[in-house]
Amino acid sequence: MTALAPARRPAHQIRLSRRFLSLTGWTLSGACLLALSALMVWILAVVFMRGMTALKLSVLTTITQGSGGGLLNAIEGTLVLSAGALLLAVPFGVAAGIYSAEYRFTRWATTIRFLADVLVGVPSIVVGYFGYVGMVEWLGWSFSVAAGSIALAIISLPYICRTTELALRQVSNDLRDAAYSLGANDRRVILGVCLPAALPGILTGILLALAVSVGETAPLLYTAGWSNYMWDGHLTHSPIGYLTYAIWTFINEPFASANALAYAAALLVTGFVLIINILARFVLDRRARR
Amino acid sequence: MKFRAWLALVAGILPATLAAIVLFLALYSWPAMHFNGLGFVVRDTWNLGNLYANPIMRNGTQVQPGATYGILFLIVGTLASTLIALAIALPMGVGAAIFLAEAVPAGLRLWISFFVELLMAIPSVVFGLWGYVVVIPFLGHHLYPLLAHSLGKAIPFFAEPTGSGYGLLTAGIVLSLMIVPIIAATLRDALVSQPVSLREAALGLGATRFEALWKVMLPGTRKTLIGATFLALGRALGETMAVLMVSGNALNYLPHRIYDPVSTMAAFIVSQLDSALQDPTGLAVRSLAEIAFVLAIISILVNALARVLLLVWNNSQRSVMV
Repeated sequence: MTALAPARRPAHQIRLSRRFLSLTGWTLSGACLLALSALMVWILAVVFMRGMTALKLSVLTTITQGSGGGLLNAIEGTLVLSAGALLLAVPFGVAAGIYSAEYRFTRWATTIRFLADVLVGVPSIVVGYFGYVGMVEWLGWSFSVAAGSIALAIISLPYICRTTELALRQVSNDLRDAAYSLGANDRRVILGVCLPAALPGILTGILLALAVSVGETAPLLYTAGWSNYMWDGHLTHSPIGYLTYAIWTFINEPFASANALAYAAALLVTGFVLIINILARFVLDRRARR
Repeated sequence: MKFRAWLALVAGILPATLAAIVLFLALYSWPAMHFNGLGFVVRDTWNLGNLYANPIMRNGTQVQPGATYGILFLIVGTLASTLIALAIALPMGVGAAIFLAEAVPAGLRLWISFFVELLMAIPSVVFGLWGYVVVIPFLGHHLYPLLAHSLGKAIPFFAEPTGSGYGLLTAGIVLSLMIVPIIAATLRDALVSQPVSLREAALGLGATRFEALWKVMLPGTRKTLIGATFLALGRALGETMAVLMVSGNALNYLPHRIYDPVSTMAAFIVSQLDSALQDPTGLAVRSLAEIAFVLAIISILVNALARVLLLVWNNSQRSVMV
């Protein structure tokens, strides 16, 4: 009967060297995760602690003056540019997403999907320089809201397309079958049934694209320019300020007042991006899954 | 049918945008490509020439006397910083993914993954700020002297002088942090979705939990890991703001030590446009467009390769948005 004893030896009989190697493996991988979390905490701590001390009410209510003042112009500019980008990118991105989800087996849909993924990987400075030579120089718009918004729209377009597509894929085919069997055509099925069902997911994607736009710098440097004043309402031929530019420029200046503006801008941008991500993850995403 | 055709047409904006970027940069930089020739990528001098002299004709192009455009130092800087970033990010990402997928309880896993992956959402200019304000002083005063005194004794590339903290290694370290979450997130997903029976079979044969993971589960995700690494590579090659703020922005200089200042193609476009605009012939701006064109082509190739690997090998449609 003893021959039928379990083949697996009890833990203490496993060779010491193997147990040691396992322990080392777990320790090292745990250390990696710990280090990564610690670095994340470090970044957040630097941004929030320095940002909190720098962020005063006057920063939110006055415009930039020389190396001091406030960030009202930059806050307005970031909102204008991001809103413009979304206005341009959402219709196209959602339409492209619908096509690549609802007609997913066509060759055109496969192409769109693939190129959207490739476009996500095109460096933002390439888009920015394209905006500079194409819109600022060639079309002669000079630094402007139009050029900046279009550059940002190019960045957010593939995000919106892909998240729309993924959201529509979550919609059950039973819904589509039911709608078709009632005699609805493609248009009614997609716009009347699938799109409402996928709406939370699509909105999540749009919000995340907004977060990306707010955090971008490189595409705007040579398309939107910078301005110390509030936006004058012109779409072309008038530069506009934005928060990420303030971070980049003001941290390099030798004045404490300028550095404080950079920290305040970093806090505003990071805070906004984090809130959107948390919202998208824990509120909208959960609703989308239901 | 009309609705479908309409959608297909609007969806065409995506390929059209990509084509427009590549074509326009190519057309705009054509005079520069003609003037610079293939030597563009092997010369290591970027010189606008004498901007106060009258333009002269050379090879049928109007240039400032003495102008030469070469980007070897940028290619070296880009590749070196990316390689350093990958060398740090790959083991760290794999380690973090292993621990998240296998050792952290499922309830806690979602939270910790979300927290770590939030790194992907932090804007690159904020990474630059953090690098500029706290990492550079820390590395320059503490870590680099230590490295030079230990490793530097054996390897000249690590020897003194350690400089001020701006440079190749700093850029690599900051970049690595920006790409770790791409690797960690993709690999963790792949590990979690491996069939449970694989692990059970390995454990049944007497493997320890770590052996089951390392020798059975992890090899199964090799292809995903390679795909994710290419994605991370693409991101690191094109990263601009963070590198711009910590790399030291070297001009016409090949790094002799790992602490030396460098510049990358992406960062150089930002740092040089202002001075390029001083060139009355416009050739400098067009040469910058040539850099943007080269960078676009490289990143399109790397990303296309990454997606093909992830799609074909994995046969999954899930994509990590980075």
